[in-house]
Amino acid sequence: MSTTTTETRKKEAPAGERVADWADGRLGIYSLAKANMRKIFPDHWSFMLGEICLYSFIIIILTGVYLTLFFHPSMNEVEYHGSYIPLQGQLMSEAFNSTMHISFDVRGGLLIRQIHHWAALIFLAAMFVHMMRVFFTGAFRKPREVNWVFGFLLFVLGMFTGFTGYSLPDDLLSGTGVRFMQGAILSVPIVGTYLSMFLFGGEFPGGDFVARFYSVHILLLPGIMLGLVVAHLILVFYHKHTQFAGPGKTNNNVVGMPLLPVYMAKAGGFFFLVFGVIAAVSAIATINPIWALGPYRPDQVSTGAQPDWYMGFSEGLIRVMPGWEINLWGHTLVLGVFVPLIIFPLVLVAIAVYPFIESWVTGDKREHHILDRPRNVPTRTGFGVAWITWYMVLLIGGGNDLWATHFHLSINSITWFVRIAFFVAPVLAFIITKRICLGLQRRDKDKVLHGRESGIIKRLPHGEFIEVHEPLNQEQLHTLTAHEQYAPLEIGPAVDENGVERKVSGSQKLRAKLSKGYYGEDNQIPKPTTEEYKEITSGHGHH
Amino acid sequence: MSSQENPEENLPSVQEKTEHGSVAVADENPFADPGLPPHEHRVQDIDERAAKRSERAVAFLFTLSMLATIGFIASYVAFPVDKSVYIFPIGHISALNFSLGMTLGVALFCIGAGAVHWARTLMSDVEVADERHPIEAEPEVKAKVMADFKAGAAESQFGRRKLIRNTMFGALAMVPLSGVVLLRDLGPLPEDKLRHTLWSKGKLLVNMNTNEPLRPSDIAVGSLTFAKPEGLEEHDHDFQKEIAKAALMIVRIQPDDIKDKQELEWSHEGVVAYSKICTHVGCPISLYEQQTHHVLCPCHQSTFDLSDGARVIFGPAGHALPQLRIAVNEEGYLEALGDFAEPVGPAFWERG
Amino acid sequence: MKKLSARRRHPLAAVVVLLLALAATGGLYAAFAPADKAQADDTAQSLAIDEGKKLYSVGCSSCHGTGGQGSSDGPSLVGVGAAAVDFQVSTGRMPLQQPGAQAPKKKAIYNQAQIDQLGAYIASLGAGPTVPTEKQYSPDGADIAKGGELFRTNCAQCHNFTGEGGALTKGKFAPSLEDVSPKHIYEAMQTGPQNMPSFPDTVMPEKNKKDIIAYLDAVNGEQTESPGGLKLGGLGPVSEGLFGWIFGLGTLIAVAVWVAARTAKAKKS
Repeated sequence: MSTTTTETRKKEAPAGERVADWADGRLGIYSLAKANMRKIFPDHWSFMLGEICLYSFIIIILTGVYLTLFFHPSMNEVEYHGSYIPLQGQLMSEAFNSTMHISFDVRGGLLIRQIHHWAALIFLAAMFVHMMRVFFTGAFRKPREVNWVFGFLLFVLGMFTGFTGYSLPDDLLSGTGVRFMQGAILSVPIVGTYLSMFLFGGEFPGGDFVARFYSVHILLLPGIMLGLVVAHLILVFYHKHTQFAGPGKTNNNVVGMPLLPVYMAKAGGFFFLVFGVIAAVSAIATINPIWALGPYRPDQVSTGAQPDWYMGFSEGLIRVMPGWEINLWGHTLVLGVFVPLIIFPLVLVAIAVYPFIESWVTGDKREHHILDRPRNVPTRTGFGVAWITWYMVLLIGGGNDLWATHFHLSINSITWFVRIAFFVAPVLAFIITKRICLGLQRRDKDKVLHGRESGIIKRLPHGEFIEVHEPLNQEQLHTLTAHEQYAPLEIGPAVDENGVERKVSGSQKLRAKLSKGYYGEDNQIPKPTTEEYKEITSGHGHH
Repeated sequence: MSSQENPEENLPSVQEKTEHGSVAVADENPFADPGLPPHEHRVQDIDERAAKRSERAVAFLFTLSMLATIGFIASYVAFPVDKSVYIFPIGHISALNFSLGMTLGVALFCIGAGAVHWARTLMSDVEVADERHPIEAEPEVKAKVMADFKAGAAESQFGRRKLIRNTMFGALAMVPLSGVVLLRDLGPLPEDKLRHTLWSKGKLLVNMNTNEPLRPSDIAVGSLTFAKPEGLEEHDHDFQKEIAKAALMIVRIQPDDIKDKQELEWSHEGVVAYSKICTHVGCPISLYEQQTHHVLCPCHQSTFDLSDGARVIFGPAGHALPQLRIAVNEEGYLEALGDFAEPVGPAFWERG
Repeated sequence: MKKLSARRRHPLAAVVVLLLALAATGGLYAAFAPADKAQADDTAQSLAIDEGKKLYSVGCSSCHGTGGQGSSDGPSLVGVGAAAVDFQVSTGRMPLQQPGAQAPKKKAIYNQAQIDQLGAYIASLGAGPTVPTEKQYSPDGADIAKGGELFRTNCAQCHNFTGEGGALTKGKFAPSLEDVSPKHIYEAMQTGPQNMPSFPDTVMPEKNKKDIIAYLDAVNGEQTESPGGLKLGGLGPVSEGLFGWIFGLGTLIAVAVWVAARTAKAKKS
């Protein structure tokens, strides 16, 4: 065959093939395609959350490039003479002026601005949900820990890219946010004032920060993010996708549809769907109407001063913190601001390091490609829900003034509620979630052993009413019992066979304790064994 | 951590292995994996009419997308940028923004919907299993790599020539310092810049609204006025920087209601002037409640009591708002008796 | 939200509304003009005061004291002026329905003639701001942009950028300024109702107040355009975030469910 091709190539090979041959000779695309063209992707809606992130990121880059064509990252003061009447003659920075120009005088400029901003909100929201999907299904386990960290970094960098971009128009709301950031920097002990002076090129607001944020927003951070996105995707391809347990699905295979053609069409089509939805949202709802906010002036402010949602939890932290301040030896330690500034990254780190803690507790060094159902890992699920609860409590704190006006509550009561809930709510959420998970595990066990409730009531000869339970088929039985259960880690006896005391390190003890908390008697429901099943099915027969 | 430290006895025992798809074992293990279920056909797979319908639906979506793109171009040309239109239930909106966004949205969405519908109804939906291979390298590969690495390391004499190693680390550690040094000119040193404002003895308090100097009689009990130092104009080059520190909030409280002695002393017949800049992180605080004399910060809800030295009564601010000492000059105008006695705005390490 | 009807889309709708508004204002003005003229007349004036006093002793005196001197339940009304009475009573804030953090806006229970009589009585207790005339508060010819700057300096901190309202301490709030008449906005600035500080003419001249009213009308009036689409309450990032999560991401997840769902299988016959 190959000989014939060689001989007749000049005459017969179609143009497409010739181009591919040319590329293969230089790039080796055939080997690449051999490995990837029919790559298998499993079908599940939650596996597409990452694609929402990827596509909104691409949309942000496309629209962002367009916006740079018109935006002037300068803080020179100019008088406004554009077409928006209520700002005529007002002094504003060129940054604000050019954003007004984009919004009112460039045809389609407003649409692109709104797509850019809506896509940013959705990008961050989708990353959050995607991260939670990975968390609750245990997709972060070996070999995917590194990719979990990449994803986490993308989320954090996305937050800061969003914040710097949000600050660029130099409007009254974003300027207030920048002022807050400057105040937070000032609170850093010893170097705070220096950092602030260097960042703003002198005293706040100065004339530099828009230009500096601009290069950070359009070059530095997105550049790093792009690299991380590529690495993230390469790893997804390399590891092959995880899948839920089910008939025919094992830890050693991946079941689904091939990239060519099905996922080419589905994933490619999904890009257009995401873009289409975001474009429609941008046609329907306005976002960051800077004309209504007005240009920034450090002596003006509006109530309801909040950052975009992804920074909301830090806003909550700063709002509910008591105003502690220590003055000693001529120096001030601004705990009221500095403590939230320290907790802010810790909230994020808490979820980021979890996979490593879990893998230490389990000591499991095997690869995992079958996803967990959240109920089957009650402690992890409990921790995840506790973390989300924590995050949500802080979001509530960040919007306390709006909850107050819209639910007719006192802002002071909400603040106190958040102060208490900050400590209590995660604990409650953990306990409740774990209980629910255990309950669901019991129900699964019942289902396996006694069958599914059919809803048919039968009257037995002696008059008793019973509900007919239908036995599950083998596919269902397998799916419900496919998960693994760990045994709690035993430290072993305190003395060895020779009666010599064994040395058990503190970390080993802690590990055993945690392991018991994870897999001890009351912390997971032993899954049904084949013996139990056989005993019950043979004893009762079929109903 | 070595594997010995991590005894694996808590790992689950290996599940009873069952052959892929074998049903025979099921008698022994009712939970065994029955293997991939047989493929079931979709309507489109067996009914050509249904397949045709799908084909037409996909083609319709792609055509709709083309029409929407034409609509996009038409809207771009047809609607002036400032044309307003009433769309129920959205309200009065820009005709151009709405039409461009909706046509673009439809054009994109229909491409996606067409492709997905095509994939879902016409492309093969047979599920395929792909084998995984462990990520870890085989021991031989690892041994080869380790041997290569050792050979390379030995050839470089890196381990043996400590002097080279140490000086190289030194050089590599030093060289980024140049980059750090270059950042020095990002801004000036703080010095005492945060301690001073434009206020000084004799400077008049100028009404923000009218740009006229204020008299005590202008300020009624229960009213709220904002002021800037005389001479600072909006067009000034450093207006933003100066107003960020000098902005003033003036209220009048019945002298009997003023609880703080110094506040009363620094006031003029109950007219008190406080910094408008919150001591928390610097928002312009000015939500003044005239009956309680509380001011609330709209950013983080720090609350200050203006009748009691502006001390903090709620929220995250750490200290009271600085008060400006004022008096009346010969012409009857309010004037400052000096700068603020303490730095305005957020606290910082050197504040003391 | 606002009542919306398809008819408003008609290009002449604005003209019709304007004419109706003018007719209504003119009619009202004509109806109450005699009362104004009567103020010159001592007898008519004292008559109004007498009538106002009667209304006062029935509806107001239990909290504000029989002579308007105030009590533990309500502040003194001596010197607050007719403008304060007009604002409080015609926006329904007074008489108070029940004690609370703040008197909310509700349906007025007195008619304009009675309110004027009450105002006359309160004004007789001590000099205070009088009810503004239309010439004072009408935004015609005012500087909208200057009004915006004044609004952001003096008002936005409590009432939000475009007057959507905001929270104060302990359950108090700055109300939304949407659909508040220019007269009431003027009176509120003049008199400082409840916890709102006043902005008397000495520090905020009549022209400034007009500018502010004109700005509010431009950015939060009936005909205000929101070029980008739904205003989402004009509340900023919180409502934008909620919208993005629910309608943005929500729609996308719904789409993802469709993309990943199995296509219906042919029924086994």
